[in-house]
Amino acid sequence: MINLKYFFKGFASIKGVGSPAIALGASFIAIGALLKNLGFSIQESIFSTFLTYALPGSLVMAESMLIGASLINIFIAVWLVNARLYPMTVSLMPLLMHKNQPRWKYYLSCHFIAVSSWLIMKDNYENIGKENRIDFWIGIGTATWSVAIVSTVIGYVASDFLNKDILIGLAIVNPIYFICMMIGAMKTIQISLSVALGTILGPAFYFLSPEWCILFGGFTAGTIAFLFGEKNGK
Amino acid sequence: MANNILIVIFVTSLATYLSRFLGVVSAEKIKETSKMFRWFNCLAYSTLAALIARILTFPSGTLSEVDYLIRIIVVILSIAIFYLTKKNLVYPTLFSVIILSFFSSYL
Repeated sequence: MINLKYFFKGFASIKGVGSPAIALGASFIAIGALLKNLGFSIQESIFSTFLTYALPGSLVMAESMLIGASLINIFIAVWLVNARLYPMTVSLMPLLMHKNQPRWKYYLSCHFIAVSSWLIMKDNYENIGKENRIDFWIGIGTATWSVAIVSTVIGYVASDFLNKDILIGLAIVNPIYFICMMIGAMKTIQISLSVALGTILGPAFYFLSPEWCILFGGFTAGTIAFLFGEKNGK
Repeated sequence: MANNILIVIFVTSLATYLSRFLGVVSAEKIKETSKMFRWFNCLAYSTLAALIARILTFPSGTLSEVDYLIRIIVVILSIAIFYLTKKNLVYPTLFSVIILSFFSSYL
């Protein structure tokens, strides 16, 4: 059903110099502590990371609960901040699809799409034969997802020991990891331009609309980068 | 309004899975060699960059308590370490958490 050789090869991506474990761990430890302070039980905290597994979404959920937002407002706010997962999925899944593989694997494993696992897969897919990529991906996903769940538990249990200065330190790790990963991915004109323009336009659009700035800024930046790259040899 | 925590978790995960699910549905019709694929690839990277830049310039949580200048310095130093260590990801991430905790306790 799942080729274990490729599964474990993917799973092993959490080891080594490119490991996302520290960045993922740091941010989900912070989430665990945050959820405890919000009044979640440990089971509820585990359940939250288990089912959502997307950091900005969990943060928005926590913020919305603090201000007492309604369920429909929580749904919209989370959907908005996690809508980036749509282009990420569309630009990953065609690389993994193979006629010999059952479709349920794709619909189930899309749950593992998060920034770190996505960047790792994008960095490694060319080294894996197309038929085996989905099993490799499920390995990466299981590994990063497990780190997130375990870290949520650690953060929940250790929340009394995590003072404000440590939590501030933990909050920077994830952005730093993503920046470094993206710089490493800037190998074509299109990707380099997408990253550079997105970095400028995301915050710039914040002045027009704080809620929509990521989607508007990202869409504008990505489209300009695409058109420029198509005209100038990718 | 006090919502049941389990329902909130469920709503959050549904709102998140929706984008992933629709992504797979669309991906079934898109070839990896097509223009459409390249466009979405650009959109994915640019949206990520926009998200990270937003988190760092207009943070909402604990990061907002750190001075703007310190955030920029930590980012630049971490990128420098990333290059100095031949694109090792462990060192810059470890460095960033230590240096920022240090800055926020002593400055």
